[in-house]
Amino acid sequence: MVYRGPYKIRVEEKDIPRIEHPNDAIVRVTTGAICGSDLHLYHGMMPDTRVGMTFGHEFVGVVHEVGSSVQNLAVGDRVMVPFNVYCGSCYFCSRGLYSNCHNVNPNATAVGGIYGYSHTCGGYDGGQAEFVRVPFADVGPSKIPDWMDEEDAVLLTDALPTGYFGAQLGDIVEGDTVVVFGAGPVGLFAAKSAWLMGAGRVIVIDHLEYRLEKARTFAHAETYNFVEYDDIVGHLKKATDYLGADVVIDAVGAEADGNFVQHVTGTKLKLQGGSPVALNWAIDAVRKGGTVSVVGAYGPIFSAVKFGDAVNKGLTLRMNQCPVKRQWPRLFEHIRNGYLKPSDIVTHRIPLEHISEGYHMFSAKLDECIKPLIISTPA
Amino acid sequence: MADIATPYTAGKPALKESSEALRARIPGWGVDLDPADRPSFPREQPGIETGAHWDFPERQREEWPRERSIEHAFLTPVFGTSTPPKGASGAIRKYAYARFSEGRAAHWLLLIAADRVDAWEQHLRSLATTRPDNPVTETGILSEPARHGLRSRFGSKRADVNHQWIDPILVGGPWVVAGLGAAAAIRTLSRGLQSRAGARK
Repeated sequence: MVYRGPYKIRVEEKDIPRIEHPNDAIVRVTTGAICGSDLHLYHGMMPDTRVGMTFGHEFVGVVHEVGSSVQNLAVGDRVMVPFNVYCGSCYFCSRGLYSNCHNVNPNATAVGGIYGYSHTCGGYDGGQAEFVRVPFADVGPSKIPDWMDEEDAVLLTDALPTGYFGAQLGDIVEGDTVVVFGAGPVGLFAAKSAWLMGAGRVIVIDHLEYRLEKARTFAHAETYNFVEYDDIVGHLKKATDYLGADVVIDAVGAEADGNFVQHVTGTKLKLQGGSPVALNWAIDAVRKGGTVSVVGAYGPIFSAVKFGDAVNKGLTLRMNQCPVKRQWPRLFEHIRNGYLKPSDIVTHRIPLEHISEGYHMFSAKLDECIKPLIISTPA
Repeated sequence: MADIATPYTAGKPALKESSEALRARIPGWGVDLDPADRPSFPREQPGIETGAHWDFPERQREEWPRERSIEHAFLTPVFGTSTPPKGASGAIRKYAYARFSEGRAAHWLLLIAADRVDAWEQHLRSLATTRPDNPVTETGILSEPARHGLRSRFGSKRADVNHQWIDPILVGGPWVVAGLGAAAAIRTLSRGLQSRAGARK
């Protein structure tokens, strides 16, 4: 697929990517996904999103070609590729901060590399395609274990690790009350992960009833539709006996609904780095001394965040893009043990040639869409 | 004491459900109970094994002057090569990168402005090709009936319906304005030609 400007994409023939560095691999994509954060690109919110770019940072496939210095992969290997492009050797990578790599993104120092996520994230074409260039093939990708389903594997490239990471950032201790804003894929996985970390109560907030239903059945969560309350923060205070939640996770990010002015200025007019409605609600709904974890994606420009409340409440604010591969060994265990089944949230499987319809459906939240996968045509 | 809410006294609120009950009800409850035994703890793990077999990566070849943030000491050894900058949008982008750090709003606002210019440049360029942009197919809007557009939007309470009407204006509005502008230009031109022809008679 290629981006043709805000709200417009189409399928085009492009040259198969070539090896540009000795540690590159070229991967033939078999399954990809559209991430909620792809919608920020699709809506034209992320600076330096160029017409002609191919999106997609969640994909798995088969190694088609390897560069001269690649040691860990061979042609024909089935691989899962973390959304992070990272070198493994810079100051940040060598400490495990893979999402903050300093060697892969010339366009910005404030963010690492991400496949198919604008030039702000390095200018790499992504995996909503038949083929994709994968830099640092000895560092990022892993062979998909034989026992793992392909659809579980593709959800391990971003959505599941990001949700699980969001719960970790909350520093949850046994018995904590955890509120998750957003019942999309990341929010559902964050809610589910909060239980693994010993939460005593997990509450999910959204405005889409079908997603809240999924939060109840898939993530065993208590749910509230914020549209049904005049003031969702006031309601959450009452629901927590006026204390507030111990931990709040923002799994919404830049396109939050719930405040018309914030939404229009942030997402339609691009006057903010995003609409920080969920983040502001998180700051207000958490208890004093509590923790707000942010894994929703925001753009790099300023947003109207209620920072004074965060200071005055003595909050801990924790956030980052997820260093995906650090999560994999534990998540593999949890999937094997039956604690997590990521593909349970997949609602649609769309052929690559129909991807513009897939984006529209996901963007407009039609047909009870939660997670659309993109099925590439076999080469 | 029972009617005094939690934060006004020292006690913690009673759990709605005991840990034992949660463990019985929710598969895997508490398997990651120990915060020190979670994958991202501690946040920084010096010396973590990454698979890298270099101290500094070999440098990728720079095939055109690659724009970069002035907060970088040099061009990073590896970079994306999708869609090199070109045209007026490319000039704006190069200027934004060369002139302003990431700490300046001008940097990002210029890049967003360049994105809008880029879209128009590419739309106009596409009109001179065998495959011009088609806003109907490219927006995916034809999927509305099959994906239950009306029922999805109006079957339940949704907060986003109050602004979705703006999307067609954002997408289609510039095309309508451009079309009206082109029609006005053609009309003006033809009137000019007619009056010139009339003057000759």
